Amino acid sequence: MVRIIDRRFDSKNKSAVNRQRFMRRFKQQIRKAVSEAIQGRSIRDLENGEQVSIPARDLSEPSLHHGKGGIWEQVFTGNDQFSSGDLINRPLGGGAGGSGKGKASNEGEHEDDFVFQLSREEFLELFFEDLELPRLVRKELAKITDYKTQRAGFTSDGVPANINIIRSMRGALGRRLALGSPYAGKLRELQRQLDELAARGDEESDEAHALRQEIGVLRAKIERIPFIDSFDLRYNNRIKVPRPTTQAVMFCLMDVSGSMDEERKSTGKRFFMLLYLFLTRSYEHIDVVFIRHHTVAKEVDEDEFFHSRESGGTVVSSALVMMRDILRERYANGQWNIYGAQASDGDNWDNDSPVCGRLLSNEILPWCQYFAYIEITAGEPQNLWREYAKIGGEHDNFAMQRIESPADIYPVFRELFKKTIT
Amino acid sequence: MKATSPRKPEPLPGGSEWSTESIDRYNAEIARVAAHYRLDTYPVQVEIITAEQMMDAYASVGMPVNYHHWSFGKHFLATEKGYKRGQMGLAYEIVINSNPCIAYLMEENTLPMQGLVIAHAAYGHNSFFKGNYLFRTWTNADAIIDYLVFARHYISQCEERYGEEEVELLLDSCHALMNLGVDRYKRPPKLSLAKEKLRQQERAEYLQSQVNDLWRTLPAHDVKAGTREEARFPPEPEENLLYFIEKNAPLLEAWQREVVRIVRKIAQYFFPQRQTQVMNEGWATFWHYTLLNHLYDEGLLADSFMLEFLQSHTNVVYQPPYNSRWYNGINPYALGFAMWQDIRRICQQPDDEDRRWFPEIAGSDWLETFDFAMRNFKDESFIAQYLSPKVMRDFRMFAILDDDREDKLKVSAIHDDAGFRRVRDILSDQYNLGAREPNVQVWNVDLRGDRSLTLRHTPYRRRPLATSAEEVMRHVARLWGFTVRMESIDEAGQATLMHEIRNEKRRYPATA
Repeated sequence: MVRIIDRRFDSKNKSAVNRQRFMRRFKQQIRKAVSEAIQGRSIRDLENGEQVSIPARDLSEPSLHHGKGGIWEQVFTGNDQFSSGDLINRPLGGGAGGSGKGKASNEGEHEDDFVFQLSREEFLELFFEDLELPRLVRKELAKITDYKTQRAGFTSDGVPANINIIRSMRGALGRRLALGSPYAGKLRELQRQLDELAARGDEESDEAHALRQEIGVLRAKIERIPFIDSFDLRYNNRIKVPRPTTQAVMFCLMDVSGSMDEERKSTGKRFFMLLYLFLTRSYEHIDVVFIRHHTVAKEVDEDEFFHSRESGGTVVSSALVMMRDILRERYANGQWNIYGAQASDGDNWDNDSPVCGRLLSNEILPWCQYFAYIEITAGEPQNLWREYAKIGGEHDNFAMQRIESPADIYPVFRELFKKTIT
Repeated sequence: MKATSPRKPEPLPGGSEWSTESIDRYNAEIARVAAHYRLDTYPVQVEIITAEQMMDAYASVGMPVNYHHWSFGKHFLATEKGYKRGQMGLAYEIVINSNPCIAYLMEENTLPMQGLVIAHAAYGHNSFFKGNYLFRTWTNADAIIDYLVFARHYISQCEERYGEEEVELLLDSCHALMNLGVDRYKRPPKLSLAKEKLRQQERAEYLQSQVNDLWRTLPAHDVKAGTREEARFPPEPEENLLYFIEKNAPLLEAWQREVVRIVRKIAQYFFPQRQTQVMNEGWATFWHYTLLNHLYDEGLLADSFMLEFLQSHTNVVYQPPYNSRWYNGINPYALGFAMWQDIRRICQQPDDEDRRWFPEIAGSDWLETFDFAMRNFKDESFIAQYLSPKVMRDFRMFAILDDDREDKLKVSAIHDDAGFRRVRDILSDQYNLGAREPNVQVWNVDLRGDRSLTLRHTPYRRRPLATSAEEVMRHVARLWGFTVRMESIDEAGQATLMHEIRNEKRRYPATA
């Protein structure tokens, strides 16, 4: 009479659709919550999901029910002190005591935030939504320019350099065996007869002589089978397969001169991290090159990049020169998508700024997918900004933005990488 | 007594790990004892599910299939959050009022819990669903799953044809009116899938033509206009808002009417559950307690089983006092269980007080009394009929009168001889749907004018509508398509306008 059905393995994730609907409906609120979360906390947390809270009233489902007021008469349990006719003061705030405001009247009016957990994927989807690396599309369309060769078995024709000796010899041996076997059988037979004659002692008989002649003919025939024939040759087969470019290098350039204080550095850091995170979405492998500079540039590791203190004047071009050199040295083979991000307070030695402009425009931008410059300053644009502004118009893979506080990063980031309509 | 039992019973499997076989054996034994107590049930279908599936079922109002809607996603997220943080255990059972009766067992429950759930859901709730008059009248256990499948398909078809957005807005509006989408007094015809499908097409066409009557009345100019009091439409106030909208909203498309109808039908399906919480939960709790104790007395259950079972059981029937921080109204499990236990006591060991209060049932056959009570009552009448002085004393019940025109709250009655009846009346009234939910009815449609719809709220003991009413009215306006108003009747019988949503929607923009 009873039926026991094990449903554990079917229809997993039945609520996924409802969940998506929910996300879609409250996208605005969720997006806002996400962007607030990003501003308020360390960027490393981006790898995890995010707890999102939405004001409950935004997603309440209204219904008709009683509100406060009127006459309520309700039964409570656990009487420990009351007798009929007692008058009690109204408890403040509707506490647990003998409040006449029943729960029925309060339901649905809690103003607590509705809190739920976004998965990492959902979070990043939202974060990167309608952000797209500029020119990425174009690069993607054009990226089948890079091939790699890979082995694909053996073929029977090719260039001598690719001859596979083992395969060829193995083929030749087989062919020789196959072609020679009828003669070899006969040869063995004749040889046996000859041996018999020899055993009887009439080696010199006519019979033996004829046998020897025949053996000689057969031997010659077998030997005429060529040791190796062009037919036997096997070549290593290599084919070209298109290889999508899945690697990128990201240059982080930062001014660490005296004018860049800790706060500015940390603002810059967040920007780099966001860029890095975004690149990890698009590329399998990413190299990061950290270059910091004051009057001279130095390639450093990440820790040193963000944490060590330097001071002194500022020659921005030194970093650009170094970036150019590293580019040429390590990443010039066309297999790298190159991104540059530069953070500075814009305070440069005056005569150096035009140099920077030229360097960037002529020697770096042509190689780059994208180069972003952020100027972390609250004041007037500095001379580097003015110089860069000239370049901005000429190169569409160059962008610059000004940031004043950490809270500005996210909007700036979006601005920098917003969808380019190609 | 265990040792002297005539047949030497083989004890049921112990331990906490369950297996299909052990569940099967438990079920067989529980079924045997349930039959012994003459519980009449639908066939049982036990389904083993994961916690996630349990949350799924939770989110879609406990039904195994349902249409898609964001609000279910919201409930799922809320449940999931609570569960993952360990703030909330999942209810260990969900039972579907269908034939066969589907009881969900969660895989992570221990064997004693599975046994408890089988007794509670598969025999307790099941027999209640089959017997209680509200369920017999309002729900059709044979057809509900089919109907939900039909609804889900229909709505997803609509989504494909008219866009998710459109359907979602419509469903939002319907959900807002869901608790006003029930016939409280009219008896419904039975649903069946085949009939439903067959009639759906006809209904759509027929309705569309009917609705146009609203338009057709326009040119009938009355010669003596103004002298005669205008006939109201509808002639009698209509309590079922969704029904009224489905049949009469001028601008709805046929498919929209069908969606309104689906929401209405589902609301109607849950209508009995809302009215029998105390009875139903109490009944199921009473039976799991009784059935499992019976098995224990037969020597089939191990002590360890009973300890775990009793621990869960006592948690479920705990009633915190009013001044406890855990107090959240009266626990329907506790009250229901206590009442059913008490009825059994009154039948079996009545004292003088019981004979005075319950002359008909004191000393009667308890199984017959139980059966009668289960079949013919809902919470409101069940409490009014059977709440005994002993239960009121045990719970130490007292009633508080909160009148917003008075400075102080008043203790209107307590658990003493003078107060028993008063307390019982008040408690019964608390479960009266008419008192719990606002009384809002369709009052009038201005047929000759702007086709505006007027709803009337008749306050119960001056209780006003909650502030969300404004929002609800927007939904009504969306469905109705023209101006909607909400009036409230004060004690003197005067109507005052509470909310008005003006809506001059036209299907085709008028030429300017």
